[in-house]
Amino acid sequence: MTAKATGKQNSFLSGLLHNQLLIPIAALLLLTIFNLIADPSFFRISLGYNSDGNPVLSGYLISIIDYGSELAILAIGMTLVTAASGGQDISVGAGIAIAGSVLLRVLCGTESRPETLQAPVFVAFIVCCIVAMIFGAFNGALVAFFKIQPMVATLILFTAGRSIAAWINNNELPIVSEKSFTYFGGYLPGIPIPTPFFIALLCFVITWAVLKFTNLGLYVQAVGINEKTSRLNGLNPELIKFAVYILLGLCVAVCGLIKVSRLSTINYSVIAKDIEMDAILAVALGGNALSGGKFNMGASILGAYVIQFLTTTLYKFDVQSDALSAYKAVVVILLVVLSAPVFREKITGLFRRLRAGKAAA
Amino acid sequence: MQKDSVLELRGIYKSFPGVKALQNVDLTLRSGEIHALMGENGAGKSTLIKVLTGVYSKDAGDIYIKKGGKEEKVVFHSPQEAQRAGISTVYQEISLCPNLSVAENIYLGRSEGKFISWKKMNAQAGKLLKSLDIPVEPTQQLASCSIAVQQMVAIARSVDMDCSVLILDEPTSSLDESEVEKLFGLMRQLRDRGVGIIFVTHFLDQVYAVCDKITILRDSKLVGEYNASELPHVELVSKMLGKELDDMADIKNDAKKYQGDSATPVYQANQLCSTEGIAPFDFYIKKGEVNGFTGLLGSGRSESVRAIYGADKVTSGVVRVNGKPVDIKKPLDAMKNGIAYLSEDRKRDGIIGDLSVKDNIILALQVKTGFFKPFSKAKATKFAKKYIELLDIKTASVDTPIKSLSGGNQQKVILGRWLLTEPDYLILDEPTRGIDVGTKVDIQKLVLKLASEGMSVTFISSETDEMLRTCSRLLVMRDRKLVGELTGDDLNQATVMATIAGGGKE
Amino acid sequence: MTNSVAKRSGLAGRLRKMTDTNLLMSITIIVFILMYLGAIIFLQKGFLKPQTMFNIMNANAALIILSCGLTLVMITGGIDISVGGVAALVSMSCAVYLDYHGGNIIGAILISLGIGLAFGLVQGYLVAYLEIQPFIVTLAGMFFARGMTTIVHTNPFNVQNEAFVRLKDTRITVPFLGTVNKHGNYIPAYVEIGVIVALVIVAILFVFLKWGKTGRSFYAVGGNRQSALMLGINVKRVTFLSHLLCGLLAGIGGFVYFLHVGSGSASHAMGAEMNAIASSIIGGTMLTGGVGNIIGTLFGVMSLALIQTIVQSVGLDQAWWTGITIAAMLCLFLIVQSIIIARRKKANASSAR
Repeated sequence: MTAKATGKQNSFLSGLLHNQLLIPIAALLLLTIFNLIADPSFFRISLGYNSDGNPVLSGYLISIIDYGSELAILAIGMTLVTAASGGQDISVGAGIAIAGSVLLRVLCGTESRPETLQAPVFVAFIVCCIVAMIFGAFNGALVAFFKIQPMVATLILFTAGRSIAAWINNNELPIVSEKSFTYFGGYLPGIPIPTPFFIALLCFVITWAVLKFTNLGLYVQAVGINEKTSRLNGLNPELIKFAVYILLGLCVAVCGLIKVSRLSTINYSVIAKDIEMDAILAVALGGNALSGGKFNMGASILGAYVIQFLTTTLYKFDVQSDALSAYKAVVVILLVVLSAPVFREKITGLFRRLRAGKAAA
Repeated sequence: MQKDSVLELRGIYKSFPGVKALQNVDLTLRSGEIHALMGENGAGKSTLIKVLTGVYSKDAGDIYIKKGGKEEKVVFHSPQEAQRAGISTVYQEISLCPNLSVAENIYLGRSEGKFISWKKMNAQAGKLLKSLDIPVEPTQQLASCSIAVQQMVAIARSVDMDCSVLILDEPTSSLDESEVEKLFGLMRQLRDRGVGIIFVTHFLDQVYAVCDKITILRDSKLVGEYNASELPHVELVSKMLGKELDDMADIKNDAKKYQGDSATPVYQANQLCSTEGIAPFDFYIKKGEVNGFTGLLGSGRSESVRAIYGADKVTSGVVRVNGKPVDIKKPLDAMKNGIAYLSEDRKRDGIIGDLSVKDNIILALQVKTGFFKPFSKAKATKFAKKYIELLDIKTASVDTPIKSLSGGNQQKVILGRWLLTEPDYLILDEPTRGIDVGTKVDIQKLVLKLASEGMSVTFISSETDEMLRTCSRLLVMRDRKLVGELTGDDLNQATVMATIAGGGKE
Repeated sequence: MTNSVAKRSGLAGRLRKMTDTNLLMSITIIVFILMYLGAIIFLQKGFLKPQTMFNIMNANAALIILSCGLTLVMITGGIDISVGGVAALVSMSCAVYLDYHGGNIIGAILISLGIGLAFGLVQGYLVAYLEIQPFIVTLAGMFFARGMTTIVHTNPFNVQNEAFVRLKDTRITVPFLGTVNKHGNYIPAYVEIGVIVALVIVAILFVFLKWGKTGRSFYAVGGNRQSALMLGINVKRVTFLSHLLCGLLAGIGGFVYFLHVGSGSASHAMGAEMNAIASSIIGGTMLTGGVGNIIGTLFGVMSLALIQTIVQSVGLDQAWWTGITIAAMLCLFLIVQSIIIARRKKANASSAR
């Protein structure tokens, strides 16, 4: 009787625990409650007008969906890379610097502060996408064909990337004065919600469509779980790994556009700093195994916004931006320790011994 | 314990969830003897070795060893403990460090002191290697030695650790003849020093070349212990496969045999050869035919079908499908030509563990259909349900991860995956291994049914019975060569075994 | 058949007989010598003076120490990318301690060692005993160290502590290698204290890896973990020890770095982990583990520094060239390594058949 009851309870609990969305939602709740207690004004949203007379919503929540956009877009690519290759790309921050630099270079042409744009934004963005995808392909080739561990392979661009970005523009800081360029990282006239949020939404829809109307999800998971079987079933694991890095390159290009548009210029050493850490964290927080295999894209995206929530909360409590990484590193370690099989075994063993001890007593 | 024995196992039992791996198994090893441990796949050889060396703990039974004239009942908890008690094992997969020198591999982890004297170590190793006639320099990096030499180095390490029992687990499977001879020389030398050697192999000739005694296991039980000189080839095979010679003559084959029709074969290969060390072979199969590759484990039957499917790198050969020459370089080529292949190792090459039953079933067809044409959820579920019903797969739902199913059901899922692609030619490599009897029968019936509907099937099984029941033509392999083809009246246990054993039909 | 090695003769045979470690190290040393000769012939600009060499060493003493730590971890098949962050944290902590808390040199050294050990302990435990991927653990370690550096003190500053400044400016004269300048005055060649520390560490680790039982088990673990376990090696302990030593060396390296620059800053040793990994790889350490040599690492660092000097002296003196050069060199060596080893494997396999 009792055995049956506990059995049922266990299955309910394990069902809950097996739902991937549990972790990000729990984290989100935790942060919400913390902020409610600490300072409810965190959730206040107010309508104001910016310098151009546009209506603009402001508040911490708005800044979360605003600044969380790049992270969420990156998380899409990072999830695919993690699932297929069992490793992460740590060069995304540097990649954004390169993409942004290319974008500015094309927009500004040879001058560093042109009055008018030297090329349409659209063209510049296409060029920026191509360059970012080439760098993604470089990473992908090292991982897929030369069989170098993903993190080490991407370490090359992690270090060289920002130097390359500076080199593209001769270390000058081009400034775009054209107003329409700021729309991507700011506000469209008359719309009080930040544009990056819409860009992110667009990316989600495209991702959803791609996952729905192609076999990308199935192929990536199959390769990530069992490469040998995938090969016997007619897949080409190398090609798929290579492809996901290129897709990540595309995500990087979109982030580059938003980041550069926010400032209308670029700071090579600061732009998208530490974003690779946040992106990896988003994937992990979404309950996806960092060693690859099955993935849940929705959970990763939610994870990205939770991370941004955490960042914003930390900012609110006057934590310096450079110090943020220390806190997040602690969160990462906690997450990976909690999800480590060895650790779980130890904890279960401990519980069992405790229970046995109780029974004996 | 008997007077001259160094190791005795009495009444060993071991079971895993759902499987009885060892039931009341005895083994007696005397000093100065080479003792073959024989049995087909799943007979319990490797479990017995692992129990003996402390990798697994036994459920019941006793192990006795004799050390320094004193007998002792022992329980090992780890390979290290067994090693300390004088039981050393050399595995097929060499467990040495390829990046270190030969001498280091011999002495690593077991010499005294904090520092190494390279000069002393190399000199010692040199002496040891010389005394065992192993042709290698102690300073050479292990990776640059041939597999045979690496194996000998592993043996040298064991010998130097003063082992009284040496277990060789399929050491010869990747060696050529001259290398095998060298290894045998070393084994005989050790036997003369009084070491008891347990030799696990699938090569019958090798057993007779070097062994004194043979212990045979079948279906996790002991068949018996025999003197090698008193046990003829054919009898050994029949004991391993579980058929007495007398029974064999009158096995009835009621089932209809599908020999296929049509003049042009569905698939035909000339001088096909892959990188996996099989001799080039010719092969064909007609529409609606069921044929099979037979031979002992390691004889090259799996490698042959893998070459047909393009799973290994194909190095030469001309392939025709329905008379048209085609190029099959990778699995996708084979799939597009209507060939399906159910692989031998379900866990490693068959299932995608974390994915659902549904995804596992549709995978192959999905890949064949193309990247931009995914099945709708409803369609995928319909496919999955159809095969779950058709093959009677026991699963909670179509979304259950395949890894939580039992072995037999996993196999059926993968079978379903390939049937869904509606192949013209289906290759089944040991589809019945490690699954329950009911499922085995189901699968055989299914093969015959498919053939009656016009599918060509190549069937491989370690159980000759199954092959005889289903195949109209058997291709016999021995030592990675195609050595015979049996049809019609020759399809009986006695002839098959004689051909496998290679001793003719006497 | 089995002894095809003996049948081969001449250079090819000898090359095949060489261990992977020695082969890769020899390549590095040859590349270094060729580069230096090339620099002497084509660039002249002082490459003939021993002091040029010593200056490279002065500037890279800390990197040598960090690379040694990484080599240890990489030989066991792991990786540690926290060393740069740890070095920055050490220098900032020491700087704050010396200038704001009236500390002394001994205390500063103890702080350095303590920080290094703490990182080594925690990371080693997580990697070895909880079996978490070393890259994730040390990536978090790197971000933690960088973040902590800012928390300890935000703005960069130069240390004024007298005892420290005296130590920092100490020059050790190298006999006989000085040069005579235009005016006929003899200018002695010198090295900084850090170089001595680095060379001592290189010597100790060389002995440890070559003759120490524990050192050899590092190679065994990196070569094949499963086999190492079967051969009776405590694999977890070795993995733990490698991370512990790497952390400790990062602490020492951080202090030497601090001694060289004499200031604390959150952006110190930026990208040092990359340079250290690159140096180890160029020095012949394989990412897959089991192959590597401390002397090779020393030459790896020197090669890397030399190529930077060369790149600068041919006129590419913008800051970004440094990063690009290092990345390019690392990429090149990674690919060369993977090709060489794949070819050797193939050759071995064919000789085994």
